[in-house]
Amino acid sequence: MIFSKIRKVLGDIYLVFVLIFLYAPIATLVILSFNTSKSRNRWGGFTFDWYGELFKSSTIMSAFRNTLIIAFLSALIATIIGTIAAIGINNMRKLPKTAVMAVNNIPMLNADIVTGISLMLGFIAFGISLGFKTILISHITFNIPYVLLSVMPKLKQTERVTYEAALDLGATPLVAFFKVVFPDIFPGIISGFLLAFTMSLDDFIITYFTKGAGINTISTLVYSEVRRGIKPSLYALSTIIFGTVLILLIVSNIAQNKIKKNK
Amino acid sequence: MNKDFRKVLAFPYIIWMAGFTIIPLSLIFIYGLTDKSGSFTFANVLAIFAGEHFKALILSISLSVVSTVICLIMAFPLALTLKSKKLDKGSLIVFIFILPMWMNFLLRTLAWLSLLEKNGIINTILHFLHLPGLNIINTPAAIILGMVYNYLPFMVLPIYNVLEKIDDNTINAARDLGANTMQTFTKVIMPLSIPGIVSGVTMVFVPALTTFVISNILGGSKVLLIGNVIEQEFTKGSNWNLGSGLSLIMMIFILISMAFIAKYDKDGEGISV
Amino acid sequence: MSTSLIDLEHISKSFDGEIVLDDLNLSIKENSFVTLLGPSGCGKTTTLRIIGGFVQADSGRVIFDGKDISNIPPNKRNLNTVFQKYALFPHMSIAENIAFGLKIKNKPKAYIDDKIKYALKLVNLKGFENRNINLLSGGQQQRIAIARAIVNEPKVLLLDEPLGALDLKLRQDMQYELIRLKNELGITFIYVTHDQEEALTMSDTIVVMNQGYIQQMGSPEQIYNEPENAFVADFIGESNIIAATMVQDRLVEIFGAKFACVDEGFGNNKPVDVVIRPEDIDLVEPDKGTLVGRVTHLIFKGVHYEMEVTTPNGYEWLVHSTDMFHVGKEVGISVDPFDIQIMNKPESEDEEAVGVNE
Repeated sequence: MIFSKIRKVLGDIYLVFVLIFLYAPIATLVILSFNTSKSRNRWGGFTFDWYGELFKSSTIMSAFRNTLIIAFLSALIATIIGTIAAIGINNMRKLPKTAVMAVNNIPMLNADIVTGISLMLGFIAFGISLGFKTILISHITFNIPYVLLSVMPKLKQTERVTYEAALDLGATPLVAFFKVVFPDIFPGIISGFLLAFTMSLDDFIITYFTKGAGINTISTLVYSEVRRGIKPSLYALSTIIFGTVLILLIVSNIAQNKIKKNK
Repeated sequence: MNKDFRKVLAFPYIIWMAGFTIIPLSLIFIYGLTDKSGSFTFANVLAIFAGEHFKALILSISLSVVSTVICLIMAFPLALTLKSKKLDKGSLIVFIFILPMWMNFLLRTLAWLSLLEKNGIINTILHFLHLPGLNIINTPAAIILGMVYNYLPFMVLPIYNVLEKIDDNTINAARDLGANTMQTFTKVIMPLSIPGIVSGVTMVFVPALTTFVISNILGGSKVLLIGNVIEQEFTKGSNWNLGSGLSLIMMIFILISMAFIAKYDKDGEGISV
Repeated sequence: MSTSLIDLEHISKSFDGEIVLDDLNLSIKENSFVTLLGPSGCGKTTTLRIIGGFVQADSGRVIFDGKDISNIPPNKRNLNTVFQKYALFPHMSIAENIAFGLKIKNKPKAYIDDKIKYALKLVNLKGFENRNINLLSGGQQQRIAIARAIVNEPKVLLLDEPLGALDLKLRQDMQYELIRLKNELGITFIYVTHDQEEALTMSDTIVVMNQGYIQQMGSPEQIYNEPENAFVADFIGESNIIAATMVQDRLVEIFGAKFACVDEGFGNNKPVDVVIRPEDIDLVEPDKGTLVGRVTHLIFKGVHYEMEVTTPNGYEWLVHSTDMFHVGKEVGISVDPFDIQIMNKPESEDEEAVGVNE
């Protein structure tokens, strides 16, 4: 079937085209991070200077620290609340379950700008001053739905049978949960955590409305510099983050493949 | 740990949702439906019909519709190609499409400036090939490009998810019964992908409709979208009532989208990543 | 009278370097019920998919009705498939599923409606037109899949383990149902299964396959009574397969005892394999048997007793009999000459790997 071969080749070409589209801006940023010139589109020669300057810049480093702490804490807290909630929701009757899941979907389907504004109005109405903790609360709020989304399907698949089997074999409910159900849903919990972490790291709009003055994440720092001109150190920082994640993912992928092969 | 006790485990989250989802959203309603002195009014909502606002809304709708359609047209063949590769349960797919998110969203969008500018990389390449240059920076076209770039993964993943679940034999059965490639696509593959398409369309359309960042970066200050109008009411104009009123208009579109998802994607299979 | 409808000529196919079919030749007669039988991975489903057009052979030709269809896509082939796990279209009603192929061919509505009624009646699901596919039982879905295929009036119906997902009782009912359908429609059925009982019940021709090769092709009686090699003997039904020596024509030596048989032409003093079905062994008084052994195991199976008789050399004979002999009792083993099936020793290691109980 020559026809299907042509289709396959066309498909591959198209895939490459989309990958170029997705990764061209990333490649651009990486290149710019090594550019002597501060200009966005003129190559002035190769340098590592921006990487050195990055660690000297207290604004960038504190924004970076805030971003990481908020991403980690919000993902962690969201994972805990979300996983516990998933178990509870899974045991609810159909009607309350549907209602809870509908509200759960709101932050995910709602426009970020509306979520951001509503949270800001909420904090101000209750007299909570905008700052680190309001960003954190907001991020937890939009992260929990992603955790639920990752954990619920796993829970649906496994809980009943294995949990009852463990009880049958004499385990107490708590032991049964931690020995049997938890390991089963663990992959879902991990992917929920990673998804939440990524979402938090990539968020700008909600942070922008809930951060108040005097605190920045990388996103808000970049936004404030868009008009003034971006410090190339920010490209360097992004390159480092991106490179780290890429290496981690590749390593974990290779490790997983090895484990699979050994089995 | 009986069933009733386990239900209790959902309570902390329910309280969280009440505090940080329901109450804040209600506040938008309160602000949107009152004036500065606190008395009830529809003026903030009806302000959408004021010349400037209405122009921004129409422009937002047109740009986001165009972006959504482009995303759909790009995503479907892509998802089909990925399905035909029979990858090991999508791990690589998620890998490819989630990975860019680890590069800051604003910087990624900003990078398009370098690529698109008059003396930018794309024009340099086009010039080198003796092709006419591309001059779309600070135009709606650049904003569409930015929207497609940022939201394409949200279209690809749900469509890929539903396509992956279609049994190969279901497609073979259509061929077996005489359907050609096109008929197989329109009569079997397309209808079965509707949950994914609906999720994808919603997940692209809603953020595209309400963005103010992409238009700010790639449209210069020349293009004003409804997102920009709302943002300015909260940050510069500080007329929160008006901003909330206009947000309520946004929420109407979001509610319509949610209704569509509820209708077509009952199992939520499209949303999951 | 019956000419060959489908000819597979020198078909080879490998997936990822693994050979699934190796120079396969198969000729299928018009109006027959042919079953491809074998263990999983033997290449039977691949053969079916090559006929259906879903898999392209690496080399060789598929001749259908005198024409080479090797490069014709599935939608242009005048045959239809009943898929494993049914592959019904979940977004369509039952009537829409059945009408699918006819609508593609732009048949008039009245004709389609008639056909749907006719097909549903044929599969005993009258009045099911507008039901939801997802609410049907497995057996009902199976019938709809068959109805969906046959309304297109194919010359050949391909069935890929269609009863695999059904429970035993339903599977047996469907076997009779399929035979009835085959006779009413008067078309060729090519059926794939790993279930030997299904194959024996329904087919007029069985093709036993293993590791990409056809092991034996013949009527159910031939396959059962005259297996050509140890694999076929072992795969079809239970049997005692014993290494023996052909002393001369019509005389074989098993464990030192000489048995009369009916086979000729193997040569003198040649090593052979012997197949004796458990139900063909007669247990008699020790002094009347050709061999003597002791009953070491006894199970009541309903229609018969299953016994194990161990001869002094340690071989355990599987015996089915309606007469019961207690464990520990000494018995004689006697076999009628025509119940002894002589087979050549396997030539390749592949065949050897199947395992002859020695």
